[in-house]
Amino acid sequence: MTTATPKIEVRDLHKAFGPKQVLTGLNLDVGVGESVVVIGGSGTGKSVLIKCIMGLLKPDSGSIRIDGVETVGMRGKDREEVLKKFGMLFQGAALFDSINVWQNVAFALVQSQGMNREEAKKIALEKMAQVGLGPEVGELSPAELSGGMQKRVGLARAIATQPQIIFFDEPTTGLDPIMGDVINDLIVESVRGLGATALSITHDMASARKIADRIAMIYEGKIIWAGPVREIDSSGSDHVDQFINGRAEGPIKMAVRG
Amino acid sequence: MHELLHPIRFLKTVGRVFFAFLGATGKLAIFTFTSLMHALTPPYYPRLIGQQMISVGYFSLPVVGLTAVFTGMVLALQSYTGFSRFSAESAIPNVVVLSITRELGPVLAGLMVAGRVGAAMAAEIGTMRVTEQIDALVTLSTNPQKYLVAPRIIAGLAMLPLLVLVGDIIGVFGGYLVSVYKLGFNPSTYLINTWDFFQVDDLISGLVKASVFGFIVTLLGCYNGFYSRGGAQGVGAATTMAVVSASILILCSDYFLTELLFTK
Repeated sequence: MTTATPKIEVRDLHKAFGPKQVLTGLNLDVGVGESVVVIGGSGTGKSVLIKCIMGLLKPDSGSIRIDGVETVGMRGKDREEVLKKFGMLFQGAALFDSINVWQNVAFALVQSQGMNREEAKKIALEKMAQVGLGPEVGELSPAELSGGMQKRVGLARAIATQPQIIFFDEPTTGLDPIMGDVINDLIVESVRGLGATALSITHDMASARKIADRIAMIYEGKIIWAGPVREIDSSGSDHVDQFINGRAEGPIKMAVRG
Repeated sequence: MHELLHPIRFLKTVGRVFFAFLGATGKLAIFTFTSLMHALTPPYYPRLIGQQMISVGYFSLPVVGLTAVFTGMVLALQSYTGFSRFSAESAIPNVVVLSITRELGPVLAGLMVAGRVGAAMAAEIGTMRVTEQIDALVTLSTNPQKYLVAPRIIAGLAMLPLLVLVGDIIGVFGGYLVSVYKLGFNPSTYLINTWDFFQVDDLISGLVKASVFGFIVTLLGCYNGFYSRGGAQGVGAATTMAVVSASILILCSDYFLTELLFTK
């Protein structure tokens, strides 16, 4: 067992929205260069976990360390420095529709790194080529792209600054199975190519099995099981078995009425 | 007894509304302060500021121009109807130029821009909020207030006075058209009278008002969009709120600005 500092270390994380407790003492480690996928049902706190780590939401209590440095409560320039380590692929791609595709991919290079537009465009076109998009796509508006192409552009934008940590929020949601697999392959290639650490959240078990080194299952705001991907089918957890086999019957009760 | 008439429940409701009002006021005050700080400190986004200036200024010209020309025309017509009762028709150029430059130019331009620009800003930023584009800006190490709000506020502050200046000229021209071609005024006499009654102080006070209204419209457009939630319905509500709150605040602040600028 390694004693190296985890790239991401989450301890006793709590987050509530009004009376609803979403995270209830969550613990999670992600090692350097590791790809961890968090699985769990809708409304279990997966997106809230990622948003807390990225600083988009402020946890009520608990600790989040990046490279051993506490980030909860961090603001201003310190927060900006931490954010420079991150890249993120959003569920709906979250492309800026007021600028074209290559400008989306080059956004952080121009705006936060101050690179000149010609050089940034060259890098953006290289990153787009890595995700299978030709230079002609660069001049299109995001609204002209299909869902799969938008995800590719989102991935190119996430890797454009060569981040140390990449977050994937439901990367295959809304895509057909073939396009979902293409995106999974691109994610694996991109993460390995960069030697980055990856933290993904998904319901899609095919995606989780493909991109994860380790899988963690979140339930009622806590990680209830975590282990290597090869052990997911023999986890010994009824909750995990029910989820990965998609059974309605089991210990997880889905609310069918609000 | 009706539930709201129960004394404790009534006090609880009043208290809840009062604290909600205080909370909203505080949130808006903090948003205003941080937005101004972002507008004053680097990095600046000249390309975005330029785009917003064109959007706020150039593309609002037709609507402000039309409003101004018809306002000037109606003003001349109404003044004539009233003043002819005591043979004071010669005061029409005075009334038109004074009303347009001091009051109607900035207020009507402010209201029209609130409807056109404030609504568009709230809808655009609100859509960015609900589609996670604002979160994406943060993850790309870009402060959303600096990138989205500051350029819009700078554009509002700078462009409304220019719009109003053009609107003033068009409004006075509207009064001239009706006075000369419908009411039979001598063109050169009308222009001479207009020029004689025109005061630079009136114009400047109108432009100061316009700048304040530009700030109000862009600030509230951005604020309502920035904090919108709940999908398409939330964006719709934010858009409505941006226009209504900006219009009310324009009319309220107009009174206080008038008192500040004109009360001797």
